[in-house]
Amino acid sequence: MIYFLQYPFMQRAVLVGILLAIIIPCVGIIIVLKRLSLMGDTLSHTSLAGVAMGLLLGWEPTLCAVLYCVAAALSIEWIRRMFPQYEDISLAIMMSLGIGLAGVLSGYVRSVGSFNDYLFGSIVAISDLDVYLVIGITVAVVLTFFLLYRELFVISFDEKGARLAGISVGRINFIFTILTAVTVAVAARTVGALIVSSMLVIPVACAMQFGKSYKQTVFFSIFFAFCFMITGLLLSFNIHDLKPGGAIVLIGVVVLLMIFAVKSLMRRFR
Amino acid sequence: MQKIIEVSQLTFGYSGTPVLENLNFTIFSGDCVGLIGANGAGKSTLLKLLLGEVPFSYGKIEIFGEHVKSFRQWWKVGYVPQNSITLGGNFPATAEEVVMGSLSRQIRRWCFFQKEHKERVREALEMVGMQECAQQLIGTLSGGQRQRVMLARVLVNRPEILLLDEPASGIDDRSTHSFYRLLEKLNREEGITILMITHDLREAAEHFSRVLCLEEGSVMELDPSQLADELRHRHKHPCRHCHLIEHAPDCDLLTEDGVME
Repeated sequence: MIYFLQYPFMQRAVLVGILLAIIIPCVGIIIVLKRLSLMGDTLSHTSLAGVAMGLLLGWEPTLCAVLYCVAAALSIEWIRRMFPQYEDISLAIMMSLGIGLAGVLSGYVRSVGSFNDYLFGSIVAISDLDVYLVIGITVAVVLTFFLLYRELFVISFDEKGARLAGISVGRINFIFTILTAVTVAVAARTVGALIVSSMLVIPVACAMQFGKSYKQTVFFSIFFAFCFMITGLLLSFNIHDLKPGGAIVLIGVVVLLMIFAVKSLMRRFR
Repeated sequence: MQKIIEVSQLTFGYSGTPVLENLNFTIFSGDCVGLIGANGAGKSTLLKLLLGEVPFSYGKIEIFGEHVKSFRQWWKVGYVPQNSITLGGNFPATAEEVVMGSLSRQIRRWCFFQKEHKERVREALEMVGMQECAQQLIGTLSGGQRQRVMLARVLVNRPEILLLDEPASGIDDRSTHSFYRLLEKLNREEGITILMITHDLREAAEHFSRVLCLEEGSVMELDPSQLADELRHRHKHPCRHCHLIEHAPDCDLLTEDGVME
């Protein structure tokens, strides 16, 4: 039944998929609740600039993407302070910079195929280094998420109240920004840079339809991300030329639409 | 009596435009103070200054005898913001989780909530009459109920003073009235000092032991019973103290049950 696990590239893809299904919703739920859904988009586009730079200089593209994303995330925080109450301006500026850089640099990249792997994700392109990176980052994200679970919850609910309750909001936001940057950069490899931001949002959106508490919503988000990831990977393994990133996100959107439809039908016949 | 907040010679403005000029007032332990004033009079600005959110150069604000800039025991101060009923929105958290979040700082890393923390949350929800809704999602509660949860959220830290910025905005009259009675009860039975911004002169006259009116940058103290009297008979006795009373809507005082007299 699990014949696909005979192939080493599928073993790697499934392992990476499961780990990402755990960490992406952990970051995603805070991003959604802080109304920073555009953050994922901005960082993933910046990661492309990092990938292009890596491919151009012959450095490891994923590592370059991580560095670029961390730099972008810190710049977002810096620009944000210049436009208080208009936080999304900083995201728009960094997104333009990311796309601009990626566009210019990609013109000089010789191996267009490898650049495309990052755009929409690729199972076969996952290297051993990617696996180790994802394992390391999963440990860091899971530990930090549980260590700062209560603080992140309070900050996303009410930042001002969190400060009055004695939480170091600035420090925790900084740590969370770095975690988001790193998660987006490594996830871009498997699910694709153009799709990773949807993966941050869709499982959380599905979970919010069922969760009866914050804790439940976190668990449901991980459950949905896990189901989308594994189904997407299996489909792209079985169907020739099907990109895993696109498949994963499309499954997510279809499930979300089905949930909406079932809920509205139930409401009508109640 | 212990001074909780002491403001002396406070002057503040935004980019050269003066908002508050030479403000002087003191809030004592056990006071229940209503802060009234027209839109733009600087009520919310004053609250921001008291919370140390906005830096100022002229004058002094002391909280529990300590300068606001160096004050660190913010758990003693419970703050319910103006937009608190919109805070919940569709946030996927139960009333209990929201209240428990305020205890974050008191629980050690890697530790879960203990029985005593859960007991404190239950107590706080009971104090505001919301124990029945503890397991409900915050977004499914009515405006009035959500406001009570927001109050429980600050009460769980057992604050000595509550600062409330128009907590009744967006809530219907009946819920507003019962909210004011709850505040009165907290002040009387639990001894919590209260400073609350309100637009509602009739409620201010009825429920507060002191009323401060912010007008044209300065603050004046009004006698609540006199304010109530002027609100009833303002056509007979032209306002002597505060322009706000002139523009107050036709205001019949509410009875105990929240019914118009």
